[in-house]
Amino acid sequence: MGVGRRLKVDCTVNGSRHVADGVWEGESLLYVLRERFGLYGSKNACEQGECGSCSVYLDGTLVCACLVLGGQANGRSLVTIEGLDGEKVEQAFVEAGAVQCGFCTPGLVVAAHDLLQRVPRPTDAQIREALAGNICRCTGYAKIIAAVHMAAGSA
Amino acid sequence: MRVGESVQRSDGPAKVRGDFAYSSDLHAEGMLWGATVRSPHPYARILSIDASGARTMPGVRAVLTHEDVPGQKLYGLEIQDQPVLAFDFVRYWGEAIAVVAADHPEQARRAAEKVRVEYQVLSPVTEPEQALSANAPQLHPGGNVTREVKIRHGDQSARADVVVRGEYEIGMQDQAPLGPESGLAIPDGEGGVDLSIATQWLHVDQEQLAGILGLPKEMVRLTLAGIGGAFGAREDLSMQAHACLLALKTGRPVKISYSRTESFVGHVHRHPGRLAYEHGANRDGRLVYVRARIILDGGAYASSSTAVIANATCFSVGPYVCPNATIDGIVVYTNNPPCGAMRGFGSVQNCYAHEAQMDRLAAALDMDPVELRIRNAMETGSEMITGQVIDGPVPVAELLRRVKAFPSPLGAEGQGDGGGMHDLTAMPGGVSNTTHGEGVKRGVGYAVGFKNIGYSEGFDDYSTARVRLYVVDGRPRVEVHSAAAEVGQGIVTVQAQIAGTELGVSDVVVLNADTGVGSAGSSSASRQTYITGGAVKAASEAVCKRALELAESELHPASELRIENDTVVGADGKQIVSLATLLGDAVIEETREFRPRRTHRLNPETGQSNAHMQFAFAAHRAVVDVDTELGLLKVVELATAQDVGRAINPIAVQGQLEGGAAQGLGLAVMEEIQVKDGVIRNPSFTDYLLPTILDMPPVRMDILELGDPNSPYGLKGVGEPPTISSGPAIVAAIRAATGREITRVPVRPHDLTP
Repeated sequence: MGVGRRLKVDCTVNGSRHVADGVWEGESLLYVLRERFGLYGSKNACEQGECGSCSVYLDGTLVCACLVLGGQANGRSLVTIEGLDGEKVEQAFVEAGAVQCGFCTPGLVVAAHDLLQRVPRPTDAQIREALAGNICRCTGYAKIIAAVHMAAGSA
Repeated sequence: MRVGESVQRSDGPAKVRGDFAYSSDLHAEGMLWGATVRSPHPYARILSIDASGARTMPGVRAVLTHEDVPGQKLYGLEIQDQPVLAFDFVRYWGEAIAVVAADHPEQARRAAEKVRVEYQVLSPVTEPEQALSANAPQLHPGGNVTREVKIRHGDQSARADVVVRGEYEIGMQDQAPLGPESGLAIPDGEGGVDLSIATQWLHVDQEQLAGILGLPKEMVRLTLAGIGGAFGAREDLSMQAHACLLALKTGRPVKISYSRTESFVGHVHRHPGRLAYEHGANRDGRLVYVRARIILDGGAYASSSTAVIANATCFSVGPYVCPNATIDGIVVYTNNPPCGAMRGFGSVQNCYAHEAQMDRLAAALDMDPVELRIRNAMETGSEMITGQVIDGPVPVAELLRRVKAFPSPLGAEGQGDGGGMHDLTAMPGGVSNTTHGEGVKRGVGYAVGFKNIGYSEGFDDYSTARVRLYVVDGRPRVEVHSAAAEVGQGIVTVQAQIAGTELGVSDVVVLNADTGVGSAGSSSASRQTYITGGAVKAASEAVCKRALELAESELHPASELRIENDTVVGADGKQIVSLATLLGDAVIEETREFRPRRTHRLNPETGQSNAHMQFAFAAHRAVVDVDTELGLLKVVELATAQDVGRAINPIAVQGQLEGGAAQGLGLAVMEEIQVKDGVIRNPSFTDYLLPTILDMPPVRMDILELGDPNSPYGLKGVGEPPTISSGPAIVAAIRAATGREITRVPVRPHDLTP
């Protein structure tokens, strides 16, 4: 295809095997998830690791999918917003009014889910620290903090 | 789901699960990817364009230049001055010159790099003052002045006891919606095209695209795709025409999705400005006159500059009574990035200036700054400097009293918690651990602002809504269809609330917006709930009337009937017939256009006119801690009071007040597009700083619902006022903390250090 070497990416996404052939070596994991696996829930806002909109779990670790090469996911296990066991967080975001345009929301839901795994009852400061890598342009963050408390059962 | 209740947004569940399809998530079988060739120069003559090398690259299906634009080669919201694809000249860094379609986006990007453009590089005009000089190159046929607005109100030679002067500079802010410019164009095989697109106004896109493509409007059909924020950035065309041209040329679906860097040159920005003010007041603090000269840099193309400068000028004094005013507003063409709409639209720049001036005046008079503002506050029946008398509630003094009355926040300064357990996230410098309170000074500042709601100056502002009532599975359903763009603000839910309220039906479905129904106007100017809300209300009332006519009998005249909980009830509240039984197979459908009251052009010599339809007011108090040794700061708290007339969906209104304040904070202390010699130096989220959850403090709110007698339900536009006075209040607090004048935003660390 004229854009360099081609790779095969064989990985587990949300519990099932996903294989992509002919992946250009420069393709990000975000591109592979979105355009090759059709999982558009992880968002492409900055593609520089600044906004957190593409947050996913890679072997259980929270990462920005835009900063991981597609090829690096070979043989590894991913959880994206589509497969997240995140109903409590998701419901809290809707109820608290933490969603406006929603473009940042999947990334924030994954990051908040990660925080609550580690810290079941976070303080405001802990929430701010944990979500500092997720940019939201609409809400001013107040209702996002409220949503995390709600999901934690502490509000 | 009624007006006045906090209602969860209907797209929320899909958005939190990642199932909501944004414009960048679209896909079609056989789809190609578009990429754009952009100018590396802010100003140059194009000598030749050679696409032959690019056309033969692997995977490339088409390369198009201006020669391939079949219809109008220029477009623009107010002045058609911007090339669809550049010819003869490029006038800004990043201007589109050619577009490529290829199988893979990387193939398209690489082919774009191979398009050879030969330039004669010209010296760019990068300062507004330079654009006005006699020997400046004329960037457009009509010269470099896009528009000049004059206001001459009262005595032009008025004198005052106390005079303060100041000059202020505002940097260029980016809307930075998280969703990139993107969309998918699909050719219909019969010469027409269907475009799924993120835009603020479907019909104005359609009109411009039909002209560019040389097609009748019916052959250019637009559907609203999911929108990742807008804030003014999606008023102008970006990739719409390019995707349609490529799709029609190749006969295949074409998707274009900008990278973040491309997004920075793919939409207009907030106008940077220089504002020179002189305020004169009596010894009792009452304003005698204001004289001001406001210069905005419109950049390479007009976009909505002519309306932005009108706002900057009309609202230049702030919401104060001022009997005499001499204001000159001018917006010019330069070779800087084009500027246009952003939340607040001209009323943001001037608020920094008029509020700094009020603080200077208070200091000169040795008065309390809030007291001085209250003494000059507009009230119902006050006259603007444009001569327009403002009717309805004008609670300027009340808003100021309320923000002042909020309790003071606790926090970092003098925290003295003894335990040494500092919450670093609450400190200037944050988790960088640069201070535990030493060198930190706290300041409190106030600001108030106002702006117009809806389009002004005689524009025929209207919206269209179609409402259908029918029975499905034995229950009545209401279907609402408008072209109002849901950009995140919540207009879909508002439409459902209004139809549900007017028709007394619980099952309300809002169809996706498209050009299959009449124009809704733009999701701009805080107008959509008012204007499209008004259209949905009118159409719902018409449907309701027809339904009740079906139920009418000698015993129960239609005028005494109403619908409640899917049932027709009489004057006594007793159930008469269920709506489902009444309707049977009948479908009642009504379409209505809604127009607010008319506005008028500004008098070109005096600026006197009833140019605006509605006004919205908000006040802010900011508390800021400044590390005066390191030049770092922390906004500790914002407090706001705003009259929203009537909160249709209170939880969404709160979200507007919080989110709008965050964008105000951004311009005040961190957000600026750095332009040097016409080139953007920071076109990424790494280098263009946006407020994070660590930067944005809690917002205390007092939401007043005073009811506008002229609007549906008494509501006022809500979205923009929070972005107007929040930033100026923060800067006032920084001045109070540091004792420095601070005449430029965003405030930089070196503005704060000794």
